[in-house]
Amino acid sequence: MIDILRRIGNKITQLITYRKIHAGGRRNTQSALSIFFTNLKQDKLALVGVILLICFIFVGIFAETLAPHGPRDRHYDEQGQIRRLESPSAAHPFGTTDVGRDIFSQVILGTRTALLVGFIAALLVTFVGSVVGIVSGYFGGIVDSVLMRIVDFFYAIPFIPFVIVLAAIMRPSLWNVILAVSMLSWRTVARIVRSQVLSISRRPYIKAAKIAGAGHVRIMFKYILPNVIPLVLLEMAFMVNWAIMSEASIAFLGFGDPRETSWGQILHMNFVSGYSRIAWWWTAPPGLAIILLLVSIFFLARSLEAVVDPRLRKR
Amino acid sequence: MAGYIIRRLLIMVLMILLVSTMIFLLFRTMPGDPTASMVDPSIPSEARQALLERYGLHESLWTQYTIFMGDLLRLDFGSSYYYNRPVLQIIQNRLPATLILMFTAMLFAYLIGIFGGAWMAWKRGTKLESTGITLSLIFRSAPTFWVGMMVILVFAVRLGWFPAQGMRTTGYEGTTFGEIFISLDFLRHLILPAFTAGLYFLATPALIMRNSMLEVLSEDYIEMAHAKGLPERQVLYRHAARNALLPVVTAGALFIGMAIGGQVLIEVVFSWPGLGREIVQAVTRSDYPLAQGCFIILSTVVMVMNLIADVVYAVLDPRIAY
Repeated sequence: MIDILRRIGNKITQLITYRKIHAGGRRNTQSALSIFFTNLKQDKLALVGVILLICFIFVGIFAETLAPHGPRDRHYDEQGQIRRLESPSAAHPFGTTDVGRDIFSQVILGTRTALLVGFIAALLVTFVGSVVGIVSGYFGGIVDSVLMRIVDFFYAIPFIPFVIVLAAIMRPSLWNVILAVSMLSWRTVARIVRSQVLSISRRPYIKAAKIAGAGHVRIMFKYILPNVIPLVLLEMAFMVNWAIMSEASIAFLGFGDPRETSWGQILHMNFVSGYSRIAWWWTAPPGLAIILLLVSIFFLARSLEAVVDPRLRKR
Repeated sequence: MAGYIIRRLLIMVLMILLVSTMIFLLFRTMPGDPTASMVDPSIPSEARQALLERYGLHESLWTQYTIFMGDLLRLDFGSSYYYNRPVLQIIQNRLPATLILMFTAMLFAYLIGIFGGAWMAWKRGTKLESTGITLSLIFRSAPTFWVGMMVILVFAVRLGWFPAQGMRTTGYEGTTFGEIFISLDFLRHLILPAFTAGLYFLATPALIMRNSMLEVLSEDYIEMAHAKGLPERQVLYRHAARNALLPVVTAGALFIGMAIGGQVLIEVVFSWPGLGREIVQAVTRSDYPLAQGCFIILSTVVMVMNLIADVVYAVLDPRIAY
């Protein structure tokens, strides 16, 4: 996350020159969108990312129909014995757990949890982060100093330990996990958006809007916001990944919602049972699913990055 | 320079006090009676009351807070309910393990990341570069705890090359620092967790190095070096890489905040007796003082790292004003 921050920070100047060529709020977003799609055609990795992501979303939406069994159903063989720790077979493509549950169904259902947490947390984080960033960058002065000191404070808190403490204090539920992740992550977005707003709000057209009598809220959300939207979207993509990874980590440590099937939860059961040392079919699938989903979003973000940074497009 | 460092140190102390206040308030609103984890809840209420008084839990929140802050300034974190030992003593035992693991992993990640990143920039636009980027992204997308579990499964259980968990062979009881950390047995235990953590850290320096190299490579003096007819390798490592290192250094230390999180997971997976595993266990056992102490120390580590990053950056780049 930090490297992106740095990279974007360095390249804001380039962005400004690009904005000058495509001046005007609304047309900007449109041209950014078309750049994104042209880029998608050229960049095969980005295309792969989009296709994979669509597949994941499809699986997430129809998880209940696609999953052959309930995540908690126990399966028995002909002799009435529990199918304990069976390796993959036609009936159970990813095998079974130590209490005879179907891992394939669990992984399918986990997709929904991951996407839900990822997107909701990312929306929350980017919303709060962008508002703080825009307000801070636009008003400057004392408002900026106070908000940025708060951001500094949140930077000093170690992420996972804090989330563990928070998750333990609050009743374990998916919403609390989302809240815990969001509480710390908005700082990154706020800082990045602020640095861009700082340069935007010094531009002549903002001064012109002020003189014309536009209110602060109108200037911030009608004239400044459209200019930071590509950047905000890029950050949001990274935040989706960050949130999915965090949820998996919390669930793995056992602080997640025990009633919810998630990839982290599957790995938690796997690790706690001690069978993670033998049952590779139990350990591997949830992890591979996380990698695939996160990589596809990273690929997508790369072509978003080309919108934010025109120099990347020349290649 | 000295003034700058002193100012930063003062801000850091203030931040630590703020973080401590926050964690104090958080733990006091935690559900679950801390005495329940220590004594049988069925014991007579007088005995429970005595225990509450012994740990000062019957006082008002404000009194508890002033005592807490006073103790903190004397570096007294109280004593753990679970271990019945001073928290500071436990932290002192755990901290070296955490730091050694973290630095080994960072060293590994940075060495490979910096050279790999420079190399990717050099091979820009080729298949090799996109493979390198894809690999870095995969490493960053893989959850550390999962990589740890897979690594244990393959290298410790199937192949039996390395021990799967702990810091020393079971049954070994070392007391002094040298006894525990300076031995071949310790190194053998260190390899798998350090490799796993390093793999996760790898992507950040590699990708930053690549980007910053791309910027440097378009500079005039690189063209000049080429024009002089210098060999490619010399231009790459002597002229370009040196100047591209700057952002990698700063981003690296800022990255520690995130690294600490990964560290917690790795310690749990490898049963590494460090601060990260301790904080997870302390929270599970509602052992307030220990969890509090671990948290404060972990955030101090993050802040010290950030400070070091800024100072190193200031030393490396003379344009930075203090």
